[in-house]
Parts: sequence; C-alpha cells; structure tokens
Amino acid sequence: MLSLLPIDTLLIAACAWLAIGLLGLVAPRNLRFISKTLFPLGALVGVLVGLVALGSLGEAPETAVLVIGLPDLPFHLRLDNLSAVFALLLGFVPVGISIYAAGYFRKGEGTAPGVLCLEYHVFLASMLLVLLADDAYAFMVAWESMALSSFFLVTTNHQHAEIRRAGFLYLLIAHVGAISILLSFGVMTGGAGDYTFAGMRAQQLSPFWASAAFLLALVGFGAKAGLVPLHVWLPEAHPAAPSPVSAMMSGVMLKTAIYGLLRVSFDLVGTPLWWWGVVALAVGLVTALFGVLYSTVQSDMKRLLAYSSIENIGLIAVGIGLTLIFHAYRMEALAALAMTAVLYHCLAHSAFKSLLFLCTGSVLHATKERSLGKLGGLIHRMPWVAWLALAGVIASVGLPPLSGFVSEWMLLQAFLFSPGLPHPWLNMVVPVAAALVVFVAALAGFAMVKFYGIIFLGQMREPGLKDAHDAGPWEKFGLAWLALITLLLGILPSTVISRIDAATRQLLGTGLADKLHEQGWWMLAPMSPERASYEPLIFLVTIAATLLLGRWLVRHLYHGRVRRTAAWDCGYWFQGPRAQDTAEGFSQPIRRIFEPMFRMERHFPTARDSKPYYSVKVEDHFWHWLYLPVARLVNAISGLVTAVQGGRIAIYLLYSFITLLILLLVARP
Amino acid sequence: MNAAIPFSAQLINLFASVILLLAFAMLAQRRVMALVNLFALQGLTLCLSTLVVAVTTGQTHLYWSAGLTLLLKALLLPWILHRLIRRLQVKWEVESLINIPATMLVGIALVIIAFNVTQPISELSSTISRGTLGIALASVMLAFLMMITRTKAIPQVVGFLAMENGLFLAATSATYGMPMVVELGIALDVLIGVIILGVFFFQIRDQFDSLDIRHMEKLKDN
Amino acid sequence: MISVSGFLGQIFAIALALLLAPLLSGWVGQCRAWLQSRTAPPLLLPYYMLHKLFHKDVVLAHGASSLFRAAPFIVFGCMVLACAIIPSLSTDLPLAPAADAIALVGVFGLARIFISLAAMDVGTSFGSLGGRREMLVGFLAEPALLMVIFTLAMIAQSTSVATIVETLAHREFVIFPSLAFAGIAFTMVSLAENARVPVDNPATHLELTMIHEAMILEYSGRHLALIEWASSLKLYAYSCLGLAFFFPWGIAERDNFMALLAAIPLLLFKLAIGGFLLAGIETVSAKMRIFRAPEFLGTAFLLAVLGLLVRLMLESRV
Repeated sequence: MLSLLPIDTLLIAACAWLAIGLLGLVAPRNLRFISKTLFPLGALVGVLVGLVALGSLGEAPETAVLVIGLPDLPFHLRLDNLSAVFALLLGFVPVGISIYAAGYFRKGEGTAPGVLCLEYHVFLASMLLVLLADDAYAFMVAWESMALSSFFLVTTNHQHAEIRRAGFLYLLIAHVGAISILLSFGVMTGGAGDYTFAGMRAQQLSPFWASAAFLLALVGFGAKAGLVPLHVWLPEAHPAAPSPVSAMMSGVMLKTAIYGLLRVSFDLVGTPLWWWGVVALAVGLVTALFGVLYSTVQSDMKRLLAYSSIENIGLIAVGIGLTLIFHAYRMEALAALAMTAVLYHCLAHSAFKSLLFLCTGSVLHATKERSLGKLGGLIHRMPWVAWLALAGVIASVGLPPLSGFVSEWMLLQAFLFSPGLPHPWLNMVVPVAAALVVFVAALAGFAMVKFYGIIFLGQMREPGLKDAHDAGPWEKFGLAWLALITLLLGILPSTVISRIDAATRQLLGTGLADKLHEQGWWMLAPMSPERASYEPLIFLVTIAATLLLGRWLVRHLYHGRVRRTAAWDCGYWFQGPRAQDTAEGFSQPIRRIFEPMFRMERHFPTARDSKPYYSVKVEDHFWHWLYLPVARLVNAISGLVTAVQGGRIAIYLLYSFITLLILLLVARP
Repeated sequence: MNAAIPFSAQLINLFASVILLLAFAMLAQRRVMALVNLFALQGLTLCLSTLVVAVTTGQTHLYWSAGLTLLLKALLLPWILHRLIRRLQVKWEVESLINIPATMLVGIALVIIAFNVTQPISELSSTISRGTLGIALASVMLAFLMMITRTKAIPQVVGFLAMENGLFLAATSATYGMPMVVELGIALDVLIGVIILGVFFFQIRDQFDSLDIRHMEKLKDN
Repeated sequence: MISVSGFLGQIFAIALALLLAPLLSGWVGQCRAWLQSRTAPPLLLPYYMLHKLFHKDVVLAHGASSLFRAAPFIVFGCMVLACAIIPSLSTDLPLAPAADAIALVGVFGLARIFISLAAMDVGTSFGSLGGRREMLVGFLAEPALLMVIFTLAMIAQSTSVATIVETLAHREFVIFPSLAFAGIAFTMVSLAENARVPVDNPATHLELTMIHEAMILEYSGRHLALIEWASSLKLYAYSCLGLAFFFPWGIAERDNFMALLAAIPLLLFKLAIGGFLLAGIETVSAKMRIFRAPEFLGTAFLLAVLGLLVRLMLESRV
C-alpha cells in the first residue's frame, strides 16, 4: 500500500487539474466531451482537494521541494493549517462551480470550449499552488499564472470591445499589485537573498522595514482583493466574465489575496505593530461602506454582486485589522476571535457569493438579460434558481440562520471587547467603528432585497421573459451544492470552527476550540455561554416548528381555501409591469440620502420632449479622482518618450551604442 | 466597578450627560423657539449639577453660582430671547439646515476628540466630578459647531450662550467653580452681551429685512 | 440541563405573548382614541379581527408566488421566536441561549426581509413602494438598535439578553447616564420599527405616507391574520425588550416560580403604562415626510453611538 502525504496528494490534484485542462485541447470543439466529462472530473478532483485539506487540518506542517523551475531555484512547497483552510475552500466551492459549468457553457460563445477548459483548470491549479508555495519564487509564478489564466477567462467573449477593455483593466491592476507583492517579498528577505518563506520568517526586520513590507503587501493583495481604491477592476471584470468564472473569481480568487495578506502579516513579517491594524481597519471600513453604497445603486445584476463582493472583502479587512490590533497588544484570545471571524467569513462568502453569481448565470441564460430593469417575476418560471438564490441572499445579508451571520456575529463580539484596548484613542474609536460595520451590514440588506425582488419577484417587465426556463439538472446540482455548504456553515458553526481553529492556533498561538469543546456542538459560545451564545440549529428548528405548527393549526381549526383574482392595489386600474419599481426607482432613496457619495449623471424629461425619458448613471468617484489623472500623467510621460522614438533603425542602434559606451566608461572596477 | 463611584458623582455624570444630550438636540433643532427652550433646559440642568456639587462639597459659593445660573440662564436669558423673538417676529423662523445627520456626525467626532483630549487632565484632577470635564469640553465644541453652521442671528446667540454653559460646567467639574468675582463678571458680561446683541438685531433687520447673517458679507468695503 | 420549571416558564412565556400581543395593540388603539376624543373601539377588537380574518377565504392575486404564501408564516415564526427569547416574566428561558441580543436583531431583520420581498412579489406599484420604504427604515433602524444593544452589552459584559436583564435588575442602584441616551434611541427605533406615528401611520391607507400598510395590501384571510398577529407580537416584543432593558425591576430570576407569578401583574401594569405613553407620543407628534424618516433614524443611530461614547468615557474607568 502506497502511503501518500497530504501535500503529495494535493500536488497530484494540481497535476490532475492541469491534465484535465490539457485534455480539453484534444478535442477543443467537442462540447459534449468537455462539459459532460472533463468538468465533472475537475469537480471530483475538487472533492479530493477538499477532503485532503480537511484531513490535514490540525496536523503538523509538511514541506516538499519540487525540482522544477530554474537551476538551483527549486519550488519549495509547504502545507500548513492556514493553507489547509483556504485549500478547503478551494476544494469544495469549485465542485459546485465545475458541475454548474458542465451544464452552463453553450456552443458558439466566444472562446472554444476546449481552450476554456484549459484556462479554467490552469486557474484552479495555480490557485492551489499559490496556497502551497513556500518561497517567493514559486508564489509569484503561481500568482501570475492565476492572474493570466483568469484574464483569459474574463475575456472569453473577447469579440466585444468593452469586455476586452475590462480584461485589460483587470490585467493592469493585477500587475500593479504583483509588483507591490514582489517588492514586499524583497523587503522581507532583508537583503539576505534567501527567498524562501522560512528565510523570511528568520529575518528580524526593523519596524520601519517591517511596516514597509506590510504596507506593500496590503497594496499588492488589496489590488487583487478589491480594496478601495484598487477596486475598480472588480465591477468591470465580473459582468464581463461568464458566470462560472465570476463565481470562481469572486468566491475563490479574492480569498487567495486574503490568504496572502494573512500569510504576510501574521506569519512572515514578524510581530505586527498596532497601527497596521488601524490602517487595515480604516481601509476595510472605507471599502465596505463604498462597496455597499455602490451595490445598492447598480442596475446590472452582476455589477451589483461585484460591489457586494467589495463590501465583503472590506468586512474581512476590518476583521484582519481588528485581529492585528489585538495581536499587537498581546490580547491573543480576542485576536483569535476576530481571526476566526475572518476565516469564517472567507468560507461563507466563498459559498454564497459563488451561489449568487451562478444564479445570475442561469438568469442570463434563460433571459439573455443582465439589466435588472428588464427582468422580474422569474420565480414563476425558475422556481429552483429563485429559491436557491434566496439562500444566498439571506446568507449575504448576514441574517441568521445562514452562514453570513456567524462571521458577522463573531466580528461584532470581537468589537465588543475593544474598549479593553490599552491605547487611549483606540479604545474609543474602535467601538465606534463597530457602528459602521453594523450600518454596512444593514445596507447590504437593502441591496440584496433589491437584487432578489427585482429579478425574481413582481411582474415580468418584458414580454420575452415568459419563455424563460429553469436551470438544467447539472446547474441545479451545482447551485444546490453551494446552497448546502451555505446552510451547513450556517447551522454548524461550532463544528466548523473547531476544524479551522488549527489555522488560528498556528498564527496566533491560541484558538477558540477549547472553549467550544466545553459546550455542545450545537452551541456557539466563543467566550462563555453567559457572555454570548448562538444556537443556529435551535433557532432554525424553533422557527420551522412554529411555521409548520401554525400552518397545521390554521388549516385544522379553520380551513385552507384559496381563491385567485386580480391584485387589489388600492383599486388602481393600471397594474401593468411598468407600475412596479425599476431598479433605479428602488434605489432612489439611497441616491438621495447619500448624494455626495456618488457621481451622478441624470437626465430629466421636460414638457417639450417628443420622447421623454429619465435616466440616471452613477459613476465611481475614484475613477475621476484617481485613475483618469494617473492615466493622463502616463500619457503625458509617454508623449515625452515618443520624442526619442524616431522609428529609424539607425537611431535605435545609435542609442544602444551610446548606452554601451557610457556603461564602459562608468562601470569600471 | 461602577459601585466605586459615589452616588453624587453618578448624579453629576447623569446631569453632565443630559447637558451633552441637550447640546446635540440644539445642534439638530431647526425651530428658533424650541432652540431657546432647549437652552433654558440646559441652564436648568447646569444649575442642578452645580447644586449637587455644592451639596457634596459643602462650598457655599457654589450655592450662589447655582442660584445665579438658575436665575440668569434658565429664566432671564430665555425670557429676553423669547421677548426678542416675539418683537422681531421671527417666531416661526425655520433654519434651512442642510443635512443634520452630517452635522451630528461631525459632532460625534468632536465628542471623541474632546473625551480623549481631556482624559489626561481628568486623571490628574482629584474632584469627584472630574469625569465630566470631557463632556464640558464637548459641549463647548458642539456649541462652537452650532455657531459655525447656523446662518440666522438668534441661533448664533444661543450658540454663544451654550458655549458659556459648557465653560461653566468645565469650571465646576475641574475646580469646583471659579472665584465669585469672576463668575459675577462673566454673568454680567453675558447679560450685557445679549442685550447689546438684541439691539443689534433690530438694526440688522431694519437694514436687511432679515436676520440672516449672510447679509453681513455685503458690509465689507469694496 | 433544562429544568421542568424553566421549560414550563418558556411555554408560558410564549403562550402569554401570543395572547397578550393583540390585547396590547387593542389597548394602544383605545388610548389613542381617548386622547384624540374619539369613541374608543372595543379593547378586544384585535381578537375579533383575527377570528374574522381566519374564517375568510384567502384571495390571492394572480401573480402571487409561493414566496408570497410562505412569508406570513415565516414572519410569524420569527416573531414568536423573538418573544420566546425576550425575558418578559423571567430570565430563566431555555430558548434564550439560542439567540443573544445580536441574533435577536437578526430575527427582526429576517422577518423584515421576508415581508419586503413578499410585498414586491405581486408586482403592484404600492407593493414595491412599501418594500422599498420598509428597507429604507430598516437599514437605519437596525444599526441604531444594535448600538443600543452594544451599550447595554458593555454595561453587562454580555450580549445575552437574559444576562443583561439580570445584571440590570439585580444590581445595587447605579445611575448609568449612557442608558438615558440608549433609552431615547431605543424609543425612536421602536416607533419606526412598529410603524408608529412619526414615521408611519398604522391607521392610514394614504399612498403618500404608508409604509407597512402598503406592503400588506395584497394579503387577505389567514395570511393577513398572521401578519397582523405578527405585527402585534412585534410591538409586544419591543415593549417587553424596552421594559426589560430600562425598567427591569420585577422580572424573576432563575428557578423562582413565585416571583414568576408575581411578575405577571407587574408586567401587565408596565405594559399598560407603556401602551398609554406610546399612544401619547402618537397623539402629540405629527407624521413626518418620508425623507425626514432617515433623519429621525439617523439621529437615533447617532444618539446610540453617543451613548456608547458616554459609557466609555464616564463609566468604564474609575
């Protein structure tokens, strides 16, 4: 019997993904083979990755050295508990996405299916390698393969100019981020030239250089995760990409950036300083507020979800900031609480956001519409998608008993301890930050009710929607799988936390598991039951029991008669679909209350218009404040550079010659 | 840990909090009459808190200043202001305040600053009411903010008077009150100030047909 | 584990909530009528209404989906759970650990999401208007409520509702100035959440002003009965929560059956006073324009934050 270490199994899984991808090239146009054989195989590999990661949680770290790469520069790999938590997510969530994708991709949509299959599985394999990398070289190779493969996935429908533009923006910001990460690694080696993570851990950096490394990592990983102001690619790339790809990017890829940030700030760079936490907290708060405000005013369903992802990443960053602050003051038990909230939110967001993106994919396929203003009433035609999407919506609003609430709850519990911080300003400002977190969570409810209500409820806004059809069996299975993960994460928090606690313990030296084991598996009480407790299962059972008992009693004591007639609506005679709120109408209060936060272009109809119309376009302030000036500056500089670009070969040869001459003169020993 | 605070200090803290609450209410109040009433209420609370300090410490001059506060700030000044409002016929004047929540958000930030700035001082102070020093400073700052954001004349005066309330609270909480002479002097100043301002109001209104102080911008030489 | 008396107490608390809630609504309606010099409707009117509505057929609009039919039951279930974990008579509630104060806000949020979605379901102009306005009120009221709870949780060093109430009820008398702020904020939130006058008017079907009524226009029969019942339960839950937080005296502690019995008349008395005051507030205040509501709730939110700050400044260090 050949015994395989978990890390070897994961490497085999990565290779299997690559192999599946390459198999796609064998028959790149054979849609049936690719979608019904290769994608499900990829899902099976995902199950394997998830199970192995689950099994290796709580075990000692394992290392491996691959002899590929440059001479004398092998790939160092390491599987520890932090990697395992994220590998868990990378295993189980793509299972749903892959199976969904098996039913999703159709003929004649941009890139050939075989190529798509290759890109998709390279994307998966490179993400796995990012998690396993144990030196800067391997990390950057995996990181860049991830960026490139996802770029190609985003530009699947490359025949549209706007999609190419979105892809370019994504690639640009991804590279700015990658440079920043590379610099951060460079700082962390401390000039020793040892690019393995073990070497970085051994370095004792001065506070200045440690801070530089942290800030560079925050910028670099923040660009990938979508922290403000480096978020602009997210709302462009997500609507452009096919839905399974959006799901994968939002659900899984953003988490690799969180992984990187956690890896650098808690593992590699040494003891954190308290103000790093404040920076992360502030950036996170701004991101969360920005994301949620903009998600409420979107009219494109995938853009709405993209902004909602920005909001969630912001909340995760808030959690990281809080963990850093507690950790810097050696309040490890509280740091563990905040860290658990961060990890839990990564898992939860990964499942529910993928679920929601896939649902938009089904809607898109059924109706060919992405704009909320042309949807409506789909619950009648697509009951499966509608009800599964509801699970995602409730989880993403952060309501009990589903997954989003658990992490939010723990984050708020951690905030409740922040008055105990020994710093005189922090102990007053940080609790007030909790108020903003709560506000963000409540606004998310507005955005999600808009998302769900306008797509699935009400009357159909276009006649064409009558022909919409529900998702196929593969798609249903994929959606149900993710909804199941969301439900399990929601009702079994204690069980899940006692597994992922190993990562917290590894990073902070202490965890929550001991406390949790004292209570039953159904109860979540991270500090003590008197302090705070939450029992989602009992919560769910009570509501369900009341519901069923109430229904039974009403039917037996009275009756269950139902008649159908036209809607009442206070007796108004006009009840067409245009009497409902549009997407713009629904968010009008938000636009009005937070007017200064948006950059709006509005057109109001006047009495003399022959074709009166109303339109409102909301744009990102950052685009005009930050990106366009930078773009203009780059243009101006490149204009200067063109002056030396003569176009004649002789001139270029002259430049080279002069450079050579100068080098010979200057670089003397 | 709260049990360690003596009951009188708890009372003072309560009154101080009410003063802060009223300062916020004044910041958010649109109507002139209600503003004056809130100011009177603030004066009354101030008087009560001074009275508590007086009873606890047994300092007789604090009784005097409590009485003075009651007379001047809870009765006389509001009465003068009421009369002014009636005479000027601005009873229903409503200020077009933009965005009250935004103003209050700034107010919250000011409170945080005030609390943190006074923390080292109040730790040095040995009086029973030292905790209120932060609140006193916060009230001063909020009154200042009110004067900045208002455009009508009477709310400006109320803001000025509320600022004096905050200073008075600071004086009682940090040092058990100022010497009687100073206090009387300030009281007289405030009184005279209000009367003079009242006269000015009539002049302003005659000049511009309104009490909107934005008109004063026209007065510069050019 | 769960004691028998605790279990009985829990059942009793739920039964009492189900029974008393319509009575409380009836009482508030009566007080309102008296204060406004109208002839008061009978005290038991809500019960007659429920009975009548349960008897009637459900008349569904053509466009109503399964979500529309499920929502009243879900909302009702949420409100029953809320009433079950709020200590009205005793803090010895076996269900209380299931949800602490933060989760309690979550329960109200869950009910709100479902009622808003159901309002949008039929696809009428009023329905989506109501759903939008309800979410508008909700996204400001929810954080304010949570901040109130934060202040209390910092006093009691716990977010469990039962522990908070025990700490506040059975301590030596201490004045917490922060509670004054929290109390005002809580009152403002309760008015908004229960569709009461400065924000909404439960007795109107005027299109410009209604929020809650606009959402439930399409409901009839047993669905409407459940929603009306759930609204009274919500009012009852908020009243009990307010009484438990700010006037906690007389709520029984663990394993004390006699105190529980004694708590009943006291609760009735407190609820009667509270209902009268609510009617008073509704009578003296004018309904706000819809866009003043965010200002109102924003003020409540900031007051709650201020309470938190005062708590941190004045009370946390000695």
